[in-house]
Amino acid sequence: MQEVTLRVNGEDYTRKVEGRTLLAQFLRDQLRLTGTHIGCDTTQCGACTVLMDGRAVKSCTILAAAADGAEVQTIEGVAEGERLNFVQQAFHEHHALQCGFCTPGMVMAATDIIRRHEGVLDEMTVRRELEGNLCRCTGYHNIIKAVLAAAEVYRRSKAPAQATAN
Amino acid sequence: MYQTTYHKGQSLDQVRKLHAELPEPSYISGGFTLIPAMKNRLAAPENLIDLRALPELRGITRDGDRLRIGAASCHAEVAGSPEVAQSIPALALLADSIGDMQVRHMGTIGGSVANNDPAADYPAAVLALGATIITDQREIAAHDFFTGMYATDLAEGEIILRIDFPVPRSAGYAKLRNPASKYAIAASFVARGSDGSVRVAVTGAGEDGVFRWFDAEQALADRFETASVEALQPDPGMMLSDLHGSAEYRAALVKVMTARAVDAQGSVDIC
Ligand SMILES: Cc1cc2nc3c(=O)[nH]c(=O)nc-3n(C[C@H](O)[C@H](O)[C@H](O)COP(=O)(O)OP(=O)(O)OC[C@H]3O[C@@H](n4cnc5c(N)ncnc54)[C@H](O)[C@@H]3O)c2cc1C
Ligand code: FES
Ligand code: FES
Repeated sequence: MQEVTLRVNGEDYTRKVEGRTLLAQFLRDQLRLTGTHIGCDTTQCGACTVLMDGRAVKSCTILAAAADGAEVQTIEGVAEGERLNFVQQAFHEHHALQCGFCTPGMVMAATDIIRRHEGVLDEMTVRRELEGNLCRCTGYHNIIKAVLAAAEVYRRSKAPAQATAN
Repeated sequence: MYQTTYHKGQSLDQVRKLHAELPEPSYISGGFTLIPAMKNRLAAPENLIDLRALPELRGITRDGDRLRIGAASCHAEVAGSPEVAQSIPALALLADSIGDMQVRHMGTIGGSVANNDPAADYPAAVLALGATIITDQREIAAHDFFTGMYATDLAEGEIILRIDFPVPRSAGYAKLRNPASKYAIAASFVARGSDGSVRVAVTGAGEDGVFRWFDAEQALADRFETASVEALQPDPGMMLSDLHGSAEYRAALVKVMTARAVDAQGSVDIC
């Protein structure tokens, strides 16, 4: 067992973990943040996607011990209190989920994609960058629509700042 | 997953010492090959020694006619590096075609080259570009480095520090991906050296892993055009046969992908 400290959704947690404990297990079993899902054992489905130091990663394939000192954001950390954040809201409005199992991973992956591209996205880019997230229900169509809509919201929210700068 | 003990690497000396002294050790970088293997109990190292933070394995620099890529650079760093994009655009685009976004955020070039998966992308680039693998002990030419499926010339405990690529006149990569795993069913990297020599390296298709296709190199050195490749017949006898494709199918793909890589100089053609 070794001690690790991770900042998860803005709060520091110090816990003892086994060498083999995966970040996804740490979040789910030790912190009880069960929004991060585990849908495969081949690192392919993306249901376990979280942001680690700002980048989307598959938490089922990272050791908790290796993540010592990292800053992690999970699906539990995105809503503003009772209010859905802009990515969740777009998923809701565009009917981008059915069973919802893949949704936490989709939202976290989408958040990285939107931020990295500063909200400037087209359908091809979204489809390409979401390849690591599988959905067995929706057929992806509405997920793509939701991500594009959320990107638009993100871009507009940044626009006034630029307008003032001009 | 079996029990294991994790050690964060602090210095080259320390990781080498740990590797020499601890029972059943394994280095780990991104972990995106090793951890899936451990989860499926195909690997069970008792001690994991993390190389990622070692400064000797970090950084991407252009140094005269060489591009030097630290072994711990993740695929997304290589894909996004202006030095790589300016020096060898096909290499940046190859990195951007590996696995998926989350895999590219963790998997490293050093891990990929050390693992030498028969369907991995980097080995084709390293071999076709005539790169040099710089370890903590020596420098190994790509041609001597890959010694068969999942096999390399690395000694027990030897560490890849970085990979040095000579900047070519031009290079291109073409790949047919397995839509589920994203690994290559067949892919070809074609590079023209600054001296006009041509190297062709094929991944995904060979039964001994990545290989140079010498007939195509010769034909392309004579005339650098797709017709030179189309006149050739790769030997199905040396191709992999599995549920994704027969040896005959892969032999046909090797020709098609190599012709596309000739057409795609300065870029990639991924399908
Ligand atoms: C879903 C999925 C899809 C993928 N798709 C592709 C794909 O399309 N194409 C592709 O090429 N790859 C693909 N990969 C593999 C991915 O790119 C791996 O991350 C990479 O090949 C290995 O790098 P790593 O840093 O993760 O290595 P690790 O898993 O950390 O290590 C792999 C091996 O290399 C050794 N090693 C690591 N670093 C060094 C070093 N510096 N010196 C000496 N030995 C070292 C380790 O001891 C271990 O034996 C995929 C992986 C997954 C999970
Ligand atoms: S649970 Fe992590 S990729 Fe499927
Ligand atoms: S909504 Fe069911 S798996 Fe995506």
